[in-house]
Amino acid sequence: MTDGSAPITRADVEHVARLARLALTDAEVERLTADLAAVLDHAADVAALDLDGVPPTAHPLPLRNVLRDDAVRPSLDRDEVLAAAPVAEDGRFRVPRILDPS
Amino acid sequence: MTTSGYEAVIGLEAHVELATATKLFCGCPNEFGAAPNTHVCPVCLGLPGSLPVLNRAVVEYALRFAAALGFRVPDESIFARKNYFYPDMPKDYQISQYEEPILVDGSIEVDGVHIGIERAHLEEDTGKTTHMGGGGRIHEADYSLVDYNRAGVPLMEIVSRPDIRTAEQARAYVSELRGVLKALGVSDVKMEEGSMRVDANVSVRPVGTEAFGTKVEIKNMNSLRSLGRAIDFEIERQIAALEAGERIVQETRHWDEADGRTHGMRTKEGSSDYRYFPEPDLVPVAPSGEMRAAAAAAVPELPAARRARLVADWGVSEADARVLVDVDGLADFAAAAVDALRDGAARDVANWCTGDVMAHLNETGLSIEVLPLAPDGLAELVGLVAAGTISRNQAKDVLAECLRAPTRPAQVVAERGLEQVSDTGALAAVVDEVLAANADAVAEYRSGDDKAKKKKRGFLMGECMKALRGQGNPQLLNALLDERLA
Ligand SMILES: [Zn+2]
Repeated sequence: MTDGSAPITRADVEHVARLARLALTDAEVERLTADLAAVLDHAADVAALDLDGVPPTAHPLPLRNVLRDDAVRPSLDRDEVLAAAPVAEDGRFRVPRILDPS
Repeated sequence: MTTSGYEAVIGLEAHVELATATKLFCGCPNEFGAAPNTHVCPVCLGLPGSLPVLNRAVVEYALRFAAALGFRVPDESIFARKNYFYPDMPKDYQISQYEEPILVDGSIEVDGVHIGIERAHLEEDTGKTTHMGGGGRIHEADYSLVDYNRAGVPLMEIVSRPDIRTAEQARAYVSELRGVLKALGVSDVKMEEGSMRVDANVSVRPVGTEAFGTKVEIKNMNSLRSLGRAIDFEIERQIAALEAGERIVQETRHWDEADGRTHGMRTKEGSSDYRYFPEPDLVPVAPSGEMRAAAAAAVPELPAARRARLVADWGVSEADARVLVDVDGLADFAAAAVDALRDGAARDVANWCTGDVMAHLNETGLSIEVLPLAPDGLAELVGLVAAGTISRNQAKDVLAECLRAPTRPAQVVAERGLEQVSDTGALAAVVDEVLAANADAVAEYRSGDDKAKKKKRGFLMGECMKALRGQGNPQLLNALLDERLA
């Protein structure tokens, strides 16, 4: 993805935008390429530090094992849930065609 | 097994639905068959502001599984987001475990061979989509309907090492794994109902080579039988392709039960870029020593040990022990019958269970808990045969009746007047009467050659049985006849 000189290319940004289903204008791609390059520069600064012996951080909070008991709690009312959907049918969410027929 | 100089390399991924009361990250019921979208809440619908909280029972189940199959439980495991766009997940990502799963490096013994299990991780199940129009096929559908009851149900994905070589071994592995999970009480493991789904990675290579061939993932097998068929088909397909000088394409293929073939799926370039990253809404899981010890203490006798015990204690065959242990509740039923046994052998109990009782279960599709026959009823039947009250053949009829309707073997025997006459005095009186009434035959027996003797003796035995309406104890009658004709 990177070749040392340019940490991120326009093509990388377009690829990531496609994965995230974002429709970006040319100007936005331009701006985000610069913004993401700055973020990656910062990551490179961190990566340059001597971090031997520092365990990776999975989470910023010093917490472990936040667990709940396996006890049933009331679910939502279905009519209320489906009222929030653009379209519902037969007690279910109705969604547009998933794949192109091609 | 090799076919025309090739061997298969198979790894299996089993997705097991955990039998908890609630979902993985919320308190919605984990229950099959409810009306669509009645088991949903802000967490499993991914509504803004909601936060997942891990179900303690899921961690306990995973630790129990670890203790049973010798997994290493890392100090910490973390959850990750698997990002993809498909309406079966309302969040547009699935919470799973990627780089640091809860269990690593287990193994299971299958017919004397250790199959490695690389990892087992936790993840949430997805919702159920139904494609409308176009015959229900996704490519031709007009639109789809989604039910999120299953979204968020806890799954454990169990990933074997590529240690499996044949379809038969794959089936045996899944069967053993199911038995273990069932014994641990962590899942119903019913492939037909979807509480266990198994995908297979299959490749082939020339015998004697080490490098793996290109692997193909096959999905959509919903029974042990279709798993075996799909793997066999795929092995043959790949060998034929290689023999024809073609290259194997790395892809996912769907098994079609109806036409008995695997079919390649249309996949788009880059569609498997899931952009995993650590789930910020969940903190790491770090099972304490106490949790590990409690889980280890909750591991019951596993199927392999139980089979060995039945072979040693009851003298049953390995195959029969497998039937007893594999069929839901059958070994427990047999054990209760053996406990209630006053007369007769445990092996007889086992034989009735694997024979007539199993045949009845298969025929009717019933489970053992709903049979009108209780374990002590079977013990009573075995006792009646052992005491010589009824013959084995009569016992089959008596058992058939007890399996149909609530009654007791002794009651059926009394009602039908089936008791064998085993009173030596009464039998002797009948024998004497018959010999007196057939003096000619007795004389011919005494003067005849071996052939004549045999014939006349058979005739006299038949007359005795006739006088007793078929209910004389044959061993005693034979002894009495021998004595009188000597
Ligand atoms: Zn929920």
